[in-house]
Amino acid sequence: MRILVVEDDPILMDGLKVGLGLAGATVDDVATCADARAALAAGRFDAVVLDVMLPDGSGLDVLATLRARGDATPVLLLTALDEPPDRVRGLDGGADDYLGKPFDLDELAARVRAIARRGHGRAGPLLRAGALVLDPATLSATLDGQAIALSRREFAVLSALMERPGVIRSRMEIEERLYGWQEEVESNAVEVHIHNLRAKVGREAIETVRGLGYRVRGPA
Amino acid sequence: MSSLKRRLFLILLAATGAIWLCATGWIYVSSRSELEHVLDTRLQEAARMVHSLVAGGNIAAAAQAATLPEAAYERQLSCQIWSLDGRLVAKSGGAPDEALAGPAEGFSERVVNGEPWRVYTILDPGKGVRVMVGDRIGLRDRLVRDLVAGLLAPVVLIVPLLGLLIWISLGRGLKPLHAVASDIATRDGEDMRPVAPAEAPAEIRPLLEAINGLFAKVEAARRQERDVTAFAAHELRTPLAGLKTQAQIALAAHDAPTREGALRQILISVDRTTRLVRQLLALAKLEGTPSPPADTAGETDAGALLRDIVRQTARPGATQVVLEDALDALKLKGDREALHLLLRNLHENAVEHMAGGGTIAWRPCAGGLCVEDEGPGIPEEELPLVTRRFYRGRSRSGSGSGLGLTIATMAAARAGARLTLENRGDRHGLRATVVWLRGAA
Repeated sequence: MRILVVEDDPILMDGLKVGLGLAGATVDDVATCADARAALAAGRFDAVVLDVMLPDGSGLDVLATLRARGDATPVLLLTALDEPPDRVRGLDGGADDYLGKPFDLDELAARVRAIARRGHGRAGPLLRAGALVLDPATLSATLDGQAIALSRREFAVLSALMERPGVIRSRMEIEERLYGWQEEVESNAVEVHIHNLRAKVGREAIETVRGLGYRVRGPA
Repeated sequence: MSSLKRRLFLILLAATGAIWLCATGWIYVSSRSELEHVLDTRLQEAARMVHSLVAGGNIAAAAQAATLPEAAYERQLSCQIWSLDGRLVAKSGGAPDEALAGPAEGFSERVVNGEPWRVYTILDPGKGVRVMVGDRIGLRDRLVRDLVAGLLAPVVLIVPLLGLLIWISLGRGLKPLHAVASDIATRDGEDMRPVAPAEAPAEIRPLLEAINGLFAKVEAARRQERDVTAFAAHELRTPLAGLKTQAQIALAAHDAPTREGALRQILISVDRTTRLVRQLLALAKLEGTPSPPADTAGETDAGALLRDIVRQTARPGATQVVLEDALDALKLKGDREALHLLLRNLHENAVEHMAGGGTIAWRPCAGGLCVEDEGPGIPEEELPLVTRRFYRGRSRSGSGSGLGLTIATMAAARAGARLTLENRGDRHGLRATVVWLRGAA
């Protein structure tokens, strides 16, 4: 899950980055409206956590431009302004969810998972493909009911593939889900993770489409 | 507390009563003199009539005749006819035996048998008689009293009616006052709408306008208070959210570096929040207390004060602070606490924007002192905005509360000085100049 966090307080930003990271997300962070617009124009995110009071303007304007160009990326407004009229304005302005500061980190992670899931057109909390079941809330996986141990990155790769079963995901797309902007991408990391995953969940679970990428088959 | 209605009622009643009394007194006096005149004329006429009868020889009938026309009014007149040698020749019935008057002719008054009389005497040396016709003054007074009592009787009846009428009229007249009073009385503490002066009578309009002025002032003060409180609440929410998030990370982290990182962030956040709270308190204090009179304020040594501040705000880093020696000779005017707030916030602001290291230089300048930093400065278009509450600028460094320069500006005003901010011409950085308005520091 790749998330854009727009927040201008450095300590809260750090907390969101680390906290959502612990919840299995890859976080990109920006502190201003201008940077947020640039990031949203450039990359694809599963969800956006957006502060409203930013140094160079209102997060609501960023949201408005996003929705104006037809971008349906789920957005959660995270702000100190959490009176009911503020919430109504935010939600009617195109936000998918609203959370007032201060908040509970676990709740925020759950809400982000929920709007991201909806963004992928899915209602159920679990990701299923054949005998394989992923639980994004606990970052746990089972194969035929048996728990299997996955690293954070392996989980991210597998959930990227299982979010849209039957759809081919390129190596680039998978890399995007693994690394934030500031992180150095290891050249053959995706291949290594796929290799390790096949050893854990079975060779046939992840299919290589030569020259295009990888896919998992849809639920039986 | 006095009631305006009761007061007006008493005044009006007293005034009306006084007018009635004066009128009555006047009527009494003028009726009395009129009556006296009439009665005196009657005495005179009666005396002349008796005298003419005496002149005709019928002395006894003459004395009796004088009193006849007055039978209706209790034998008011008495007549005596004396010979010149002092013998009582004749008298009317009921007239005393003693002489009613002295030997002189004309009007006279005398007490006979303990009763005062008014007498008219005609002396006729030709016939050798003295004719005296007299009136009891007590009877005359009773006549006047009866007359005045007849006039006063309706007054006694009318005064209570008049009082009632005045009371009711006052009630009606003061109705607009009651309307305004009940309008104000039934309001809750939040309702600061102006009282409608247009519908009020002209007499209380100035009072209402004064009340409305007060309402407006109270409302403005409260709005400012609300704004600051609301701002403060919002400003505290973000650091609190940061603290909570970092604490949850510290609890949830499985590895030591993540946990340590979170704890370090908590420490930094607590420091910043502490500073924010300190600044909010300073702001509240600056806004809440009236400024002390300038002449009671002492003088503060600029060098010593700045050394204190530099020591208090010292933090590890590459920032150097230069305090020119001439500062030791500089005495600053104004409230010491305000001066401390002013210089401390300017210094903290400079330190805040010098993350990359550099030199902060304090030096005296014309009419005051100034500080120069080597930070990024402030974009020209934002210079007028940075002294607003919670304004942080588009290129904020992240840790400022947006209150430092607001506090510095207010503290400068409190110390009788003015703060000017400008970007340095010679290099990157901000120059803050404090100039005392009334002469050099």
